[in-house]
Amino acid sequence: MDVKNMREYLGWLYYQYLLVTGIYVLEPWEKSIFNAVLVTMVAMVIYTSYVFVPIHVRLALQFFSGLCGGQHESTMTLMNWGGPIISSHHPATN
Amino acid sequence: MARTAELAQNGHVRHALNQNNVKNIATTKNGFHNKVVKNGTSTGTRPQRRGEDSFEQAPMHVAVLTYIGFGIVTLFGYFRDFLRAVGLEKCHVAQERDEQKDFVPLYQDFENFYTRNLYMRVRDNWNRPICSVPGPVFDLMERVTDDYNWTYRLTGKTIKNVINMGSYNYLGFAENNADFLQTVADKLSKYGAGVCGTRQELGNLSIHEELEQLVAEFLGVESSLTFGMGFATNSMNIPALVGKGCLILSDELNHASLVLGARLSAATIRVFKHNNMQSLEKLLREAVSSGQPRTHRPWKKILILVEGIYSMEGSLVRLPEIIALKKKYKAYLFLDEAHSIGAVGPSGRGVVEHFGVDPRDVDVLMGTFTKSFGAAGGYIAGKKELVDYLRTYSHSAVYGSAMSPPITEQIIRAMKCIMGADGTKEGHQRVQQLVENVRYFRSRLQEMGFIIYGNVDSPVIPLLLYLPGKVVAFSRTMLQKNIGVVVVGFPATPITEARARFCVSAAHTRPMLDKVLQALNETGDLLRVKFSRHRPSLRPALYDETDYELDS
Repeated sequence: MDVKNMREYLGWLYYQYLLVTGIYVLEPWEKSIFNAVLVTMVAMVIYTSYVFVPIHVRLALQFFSGLCGGQHESTMTLMNWGGPIISSHHPATN
Repeated sequence: MARTAELAQNGHVRHALNQNNVKNIATTKNGFHNKVVKNGTSTGTRPQRRGEDSFEQAPMHVAVLTYIGFGIVTLFGYFRDFLRAVGLEKCHVAQERDEQKDFVPLYQDFENFYTRNLYMRVRDNWNRPICSVPGPVFDLMERVTDDYNWTYRLTGKTIKNVINMGSYNYLGFAENNADFLQTVADKLSKYGAGVCGTRQELGNLSIHEELEQLVAEFLGVESSLTFGMGFATNSMNIPALVGKGCLILSDELNHASLVLGARLSAATIRVFKHNNMQSLEKLLREAVSSGQPRTHRPWKKILILVEGIYSMEGSLVRLPEIIALKKKYKAYLFLDEAHSIGAVGPSGRGVVEHFGVDPRDVDVLMGTFTKSFGAAGGYIAGKKELVDYLRTYSHSAVYGSAMSPPITEQIIRAMKCIMGADGTKEGHQRVQQLVENVRYFRSRLQEMGFIIYGNVDSPVIPLLLYLPGKVVAFSRTMLQKNIGVVVVGFPATPITEARARFCVSAAHTRPMLDKVLQALNETGDLLRVKFSRHRPSLRPALYDETDYELDS
């Protein structure tokens, strides 16, 4: 019962997507082309964000923490802390 | 997405606003009015307070999505055109023969881009064949398409009792009741069906004279002239009234017939914002003070073109303000009451009665018999000198064939019914029923959360849908529920404001309206078109801000 409602709801969502993007007026093969292109683009976006976002976020954190660390008196401890992480990332980014 | 038939009836051509300086004093050389219009004695009743027009704006995301939708379909249009050009797909549109390929192109391919790539995909929503009288319900012939609306075939089945929310049947005179139509049948046997001539050449029947006297009496003016076609009444008579050296001030949203008549007349045309009195006053002041463009001679005539009810918006004209302006600046007023005659006013006599204005204040009263009277044709009414002048100088009166006798009799009987001159209360009941239906329908739609344009009293109700996909889905869904609606899109409306237009009729009963409202509720939820954020009160008119800059 719940599965049936879910499927109906998903069908209605798909219908809304067709209406809102204007695909509703196109022929079925054109709909397929548009859906394929859209799914491809979304897949690429997801893949890129999955692979690259953590790396970029970590680099950004290091950069900013390096800046803040440079202003403190005790730079030694922070440099030591940042060192091993940078060196351990070399193989991955290369 | 409306078609030429739709365009011819209801299309609106938009033109750009010109701002030039012109000068005029109110001399009228060779005008049809060479004396100052005397103020008619006021009727003693105050002009009625008009309800406010509402033009609510949609949320921003709706406009963005509309453009995106059109953009995507346009891209696919280019893609399909490419396929057709390359030869991978069969081309259904007209093409030149092989021998003519070297000549100048006969069929402009790109001009029809929109028709070919968007309208054709969805044109099953228009031109549906009807096989009964278009009363409150009608029968539809079912047609299917095998090649995505390029060709149709009729299955032979009839869809019965589809509720009609699209015909201009305001007072319900589109009927085939044998009792009511008895006089029409009599006149058909007396005069025949065709007139075989123009009014000038043995086509002027006694029944035409009777009709003209009746129209003049109905409207409260001196005299009137009738024509066989409503569109031709506007487009052929405005050139007879104004010419070169005259100025036409026309509302932004005027009908195609008024625009065509104005362009054919060779007068200068200036456009003022829809129902915006500040814009109109600014144009009038510039016209009176600066005169014609280069020579600064006074304008020969200034004519203001407005409509009673604008059929795409459902808004009412601001008649008392326009009459005050016209008297102040000594201009002439042409009022096109195509949709409002019979449909507004306590006794059905149009916007003039609705506002309590003296009909002698309006110089040219024009209207059509196609809408509230269930016939065909148009009229122009006003002072006797005006009408006598038009009898000789109007193209439509001289060359157009005269109105057919049974149609003339249908108008006569409808008009007598509305006036109460046939001895029954039928006309009065119909007018009251229409008022009640309009109020009920509008208030319920407003409650449900749809965006509705227009005045509370107007029987034309545009329901905004905005997105092209939803417009098409709306029409098809309503037909599945056995309700026939008219949807209109670009180019008859602005590109972001596609709408469904309902015309309430006095012949609709309360159960019918309830059924329609129920279906609208369901469809609105299914398609998510309930965009209104202002339930339940109406917003004041958006065009109240001052447009006129004080420059001294």
